[in-house]
Amino acid sequence: MNSKAINIAKKNLVDFTLFLADSSLMMGHRLSDWTGHGPMIEQDIAITNIALDLIGQSRNFYQYAAQLINIQNDKKITEDDLAYLRDANEFKNLLITELPNGDWAFTTTKLFFFSAWQFYFYKQLIYSKDEQLAAIAEKSLKEVTYHVRWSSDWVIRLGDGTEESKSRMENAILNLWPYIDEMFVPAAFEENLKNSVSIDVNNIKNKWIEKVKSVFAEATLSIPEKMWMQNGGKNGVHTEHLGYILAEMQFMQRAYPGLEW
Amino acid sequence: MSSTEPLWEVFIRSKQGLDHKHVGSLHAADAKMAIENARDVYTRRMEGVSIWVVESKYIHSTNPDESESLFDPANDKVYRHPTFYELPDEVKYM
Repeated sequence: MNSKAINIAKKNLVDFTLFLADSSLMMGHRLSDWTGHGPMIEQDIAITNIALDLIGQSRNFYQYAAQLINIQNDKKITEDDLAYLRDANEFKNLLITELPNGDWAFTTTKLFFFSAWQFYFYKQLIYSKDEQLAAIAEKSLKEVTYHVRWSSDWVIRLGDGTEESKSRMENAILNLWPYIDEMFVPAAFEENLKNSVSIDVNNIKNKWIEKVKSVFAEATLSIPEKMWMQNGGKNGVHTEHLGYILAEMQFMQRAYPGLEW
Repeated sequence: MSSTEPLWEVFIRSKQGLDHKHVGSLHAADAKMAIENARDVYTRRMEGVSIWVVESKYIHSTNPDESESLFDPANDKVYRHPTFYELPDEVKYM
């Protein structure tokens, strides 16, 4: 492999790692907004725990990405540079992770869709040829297993609940469904790494659908009709929400560079 | 919401422990939710490896007013303690 090919391979790996880091960070960051506002103390603690799990996962991915980038650069960066100093068009998170929290039905359904995706994704990623990514996937899988359990429990309770909870769930599903497709459409960097480092997302789409169908059946909910699908997150094309999120999340580091606790 | 949900007592067995210890209580709609809430609230810092939850209404306890008659009589009956038999050397470390 000549050095140009190595650089391209490296870029694919860095982009793939950032995609996973950004998705976990965005979802964790959104969930953290529930701190102090949960419907009951036990659920407040549960959802903030989940947010911490996700941010922890993102840290593992960011640290690895920084390590990879630093090999070829004189100016060394850290996980913080990647999280706090990149602009919106450099973020590669799935669009679903930047959507607002809405009500409890919207949040738990959003989390269910995302966690189920993470579950099947990481279950394949543990076989990645990249040892570090495989290791992060294995560790994260235990946390994600609980996230799927907790969120699907709420989907069932709210779906098969009162008239109000059911209509809120149906509303949530309709508004979230346009963001599902992106989870299973590979970006260029995923395609390029398909047979070694990354996974084939086509392999997990059916499993994800089956899981959603089985939980929805218990929740007396249904999958929406075919509709227009949103796309672009993995390539830095985001919804209007990301700008506001970053403005708040990155303000301190940009206003006071190098600020530490 | 929690005023209409039953109260549950939570017991956790720690990693090195043999018995479940009472660690607190929480509100939940049913047993499944009680277990998940207990896991989220009471095992954040690796406090345990096993959880029991019991609805508080099923726990019955002694009345403090009755403590004297229930417990004081046992105080001065030293003949009930297994401390008078001298172990032979051969089984000293039993």
